[in-house]
Amino acid sequence: MSGRALPPRPEDVHSILATDCGSTTTKAVLIERRDEGFRLIARGEAPTTVEAPFEDVTRGVLNAVREVEELAGRRLLEGDLILTPMQFGAGVDLYVTTSSAGGGLQMMVSGLVLQMTGESAQRAALGAGAIVMDVIALNDGRRPHEKIRLLRELRPDMILLSGGTDGGDVRRVTEMAEVLVAADPVARLGAGYELPVVYAGNQDAAGVVRELLEPRTALKVVENLRPTLERENLRPARDAIHELFMEHVMAHAPGYRRLMTWTPVPVMPTPAAVGLIIERVARRDRLSVLGVDIGGATTDVFSVFRGATGEPVFHRTVSANLGMSYSVANVMAEAGLPDILRWVPFAVDEGALRNRIRNKMIRPTTIPQTLEDLLIEQAIAREALRLAFGQHRALAVGLKGIQQERTISEALTQSAGGASLVDLLDLGLIIGSGGVLSHAPRRVQAALMMIDAFLPEGLTLLAVDSIFMSPQLGVLSTVHEQAATEVFERDCLVRLGAVLAPIGTGRAGQACLTVEVSGPDMAPVSRRVPFGEMALLPLPPASAAARISAVPERGFDLGAGRGRPVSAQVPGGCVGLIVDARGRRPFELPADTATRIARLRAWHAALGLQPEGR
Amino acid sequence: MAHAYTPGLRVTARTVVRRLRRLPLKGHVLVGLGDAVGPHDVVARTELPGNVQTVNLASRLGVDPARVVEALRKGVGADVRSGEVLAEANGLFGLARRSVAAPADGFIESVSTVTGQLILREPPIPVEVSAYVRGVVVEVVPDEGVVVEARGALLQGIFGVGGETWGAVAVAVDSPEAQLTPVRLRPEHRGHVVVGGAHVTLDALRRARELGVAAVVAGGLDDLDLKSLLGRDLGVAITGSEDLGLTVVLTEGFGRIRMSDRAWDLLTARRGRLASVSGATQIRAGVLRPEVLIPESDTTTAAGEAEAGTGLAVGSLVRVIRAPHFGRVGQVTELPPELRRLETEALVRVLVVTFADDGARAQVPRANVELIAS
Repeated sequence: MSGRALPPRPEDVHSILATDCGSTTTKAVLIERRDEGFRLIARGEAPTTVEAPFEDVTRGVLNAVREVEELAGRRLLEGDLILTPMQFGAGVDLYVTTSSAGGGLQMMVSGLVLQMTGESAQRAALGAGAIVMDVIALNDGRRPHEKIRLLRELRPDMILLSGGTDGGDVRRVTEMAEVLVAADPVARLGAGYELPVVYAGNQDAAGVVRELLEPRTALKVVENLRPTLERENLRPARDAIHELFMEHVMAHAPGYRRLMTWTPVPVMPTPAAVGLIIERVARRDRLSVLGVDIGGATTDVFSVFRGATGEPVFHRTVSANLGMSYSVANVMAEAGLPDILRWVPFAVDEGALRNRIRNKMIRPTTIPQTLEDLLIEQAIAREALRLAFGQHRALAVGLKGIQQERTISEALTQSAGGASLVDLLDLGLIIGSGGVLSHAPRRVQAALMMIDAFLPEGLTLLAVDSIFMSPQLGVLSTVHEQAATEVFERDCLVRLGAVLAPIGTGRAGQACLTVEVSGPDMAPVSRRVPFGEMALLPLPPASAAARISAVPERGFDLGAGRGRPVSAQVPGGCVGLIVDARGRRPFELPADTATRIARLRAWHAALGLQPEGR
Repeated sequence: MAHAYTPGLRVTARTVVRRLRRLPLKGHVLVGLGDAVGPHDVVARTELPGNVQTVNLASRLGVDPARVVEALRKGVGADVRSGEVLAEANGLFGLARRSVAAPADGFIESVSTVTGQLILREPPIPVEVSAYVRGVVVEVVPDEGVVVEARGALLQGIFGVGGETWGAVAVAVDSPEAQLTPVRLRPEHRGHVVVGGAHVTLDALRRARELGVAAVVAGGLDDLDLKSLLGRDLGVAITGSEDLGLTVVLTEGFGRIRMSDRAWDLLTARRGRLASVSGATQIRAGVLRPEVLIPESDTTTAAGEAEAGTGLAVGSLVRVIRAPHFGRVGQVTELPPELRRLETEALVRVLVVTFADDGARAQVPRANVELIAS
């Protein structure tokens, strides 16, 4: 934005304050340069103050920073301002922030054909960190007046209008713009300003679209996000969304005008910042990465998988109504009770369980006090993660029907045919965050929740974001990559270890694979694991590396082919190596309740999931 | 944090509430500052723009979009009746003359020469806003609505379904532990706000609907029964717009949970009095809870009572809101500053509560209690 001060040069930065204004809590972290590199010094939090009675986001930011001041034992504020640059041990050199307060950026997108430009528009909005409220297309099965009613009722923060390839039919695109004009939608944050609209469709229709929409909306016309059928070009639309988010949506949210003057770096939507850090990890470690953030209301899934030519392709999806508190009852509604109950290692009365889940929904801040309650919450989390991952797989696909190029954060090439790019065998690292994963009383519980939900194949590393600092580090990475990645590795990421899961199925007890682990300061360990069982082998701490060698039996595949051995050097982790010989393709739980409960108990015992004797 | 802040739901005998009664669009305000209003009084009225019908003239007439204007029988802005001819043109080779009739009453809003579409706007839909609660107009928002102030008792529920309604309070059970079953409901409950005890059954809700009961207020309801009542599994907790023919407010939660004494005493002491009830619930940022408002007969009486204390302290009266002691009430006897380990092995801030009914002591996470105003 004009008038914004430039960020300091990276070499001049010794102290950084970063905040994330979430929908309920504002989290602040203080990062400082030490001899060993950048480290997290203190972390504070306070309730977010976007809503009445405060209606000023900066109040929550200042409260969170005051907690950091107390914990760090030094002054960061001068009155109601963040003191920059650092002088005489007070203040910081750089302040950055992200925001998802007030429900984040809520968008509606439109394309001509649901599966083509509609899907591309959806990917552009999601990649920009938005929640997509609905996708409107000519073939979405709704009649024009139904589309109009929907646009009016949903009150999005912004609309992305796309459709048509360049040089194609102008009429259809104009029809969509006319629908928008007839709806005359009002922005969510009040009637006092024009609704931001990004047009990224057929450039030949740009003139007509301008004529129709410029008098009524804050219109920004950018390059077509689908210039030809064979090419997706999402970057310009994504950048325009960020720009309008700052200039219109944020500027009208209570207190944000002031907040924006405190930082030389644009305020970034929280999920966009998390996506950035996941992308950087994937590139640095040359791994396919799956990141998941399960919150109270929503679950975000991020992935970087290899496309056809081996280049990394980034995707993000958000499941707006899958979460562990506000949305917990919706997990029950979508998954169905039997799918939740299949993960619970004891018999539960269905009526009582339904009431229990509902009571969590209406009192979302309560926590499980009994082990039984905890295991039920973790069962629900497995289903929320599984459903969110299913939605992610459905959107992280090649362009339908053709061979082409796609750009999300930068120009990338990828495979085609509309097939999902998510390859579980290629998946190298899963990073989980959100209370139910980050604060699971035993880290192995978080590991097993992720394994059960995503069913990784072959060898996959597992980690959790211990204190959910990814948003702050993501926005920081745009101006100081070194500080962001050093803190991410040292103070944010907790490496749990790895999971080794052969593809194939067999009879319970039949020989499945033999695994050997060796590492510094540990005696080599070897274990034969029969089909249908799980085992936990020790790994060195995360700072050291271990060598894992495994030989599957005939009929089982660890990624090198059936019966072929694999070997890899991996970082250690606090849980260890989980060998999952329960089968893949398909993975099945026993249908009979008593047998299923017995199997779950055996697996939990093998991994040390619960206190002994329970 | 020096002490935990665990707000409870408001259950108060004397308070002042203000309710903004606002139109969705600008319109006319029908009452003035200082006017006394009843719940059924209409305070503002407007008209929502009518639904839009699109008519593709170009394809239906078989003409180029650029030429549809020439085919129009009525101009943009003209009123039309359903079935009236909107446009006509000669078909291919000038043989058959084709015409397009209006699909509904309305007026022609626009005609596009790019797409050949005609947009027909149906007549406006009238919208009225009632006062909802008996009180006095204390503020007029020009062209939009009013703020009605009422003085009296307020009970916030934890969850509700169904919209705004009102009626006299009737108590259908003998105690806060009792269950509201169909036999407890009688024809004279029609139009009333009926108070149940710890639990209301699905059969009782169906019977209440048959009888024309305005609202049911009870401690708990089974989720399976809620599903049957709504005809679907409720996903996200945003309610209030259900068309059930009945509003339901739960004071405690799901399952059979004794109605708190404060809620029970407040409601039973006001039998026969006019209550306004809303089932609207939204559990996200900007929490909205269902409510029962019972204004004093004399609208000029006294100011509100003090709010519940905002800090949890030794001696505070609390209610546990999660298993294993769900629904039990007691006094805080200890607030240990250090984190304590639960059965789950999680380390959290806890309090020690001594239960009112049997004097037993229990350690409970601070997140799992709510304060009861003393």
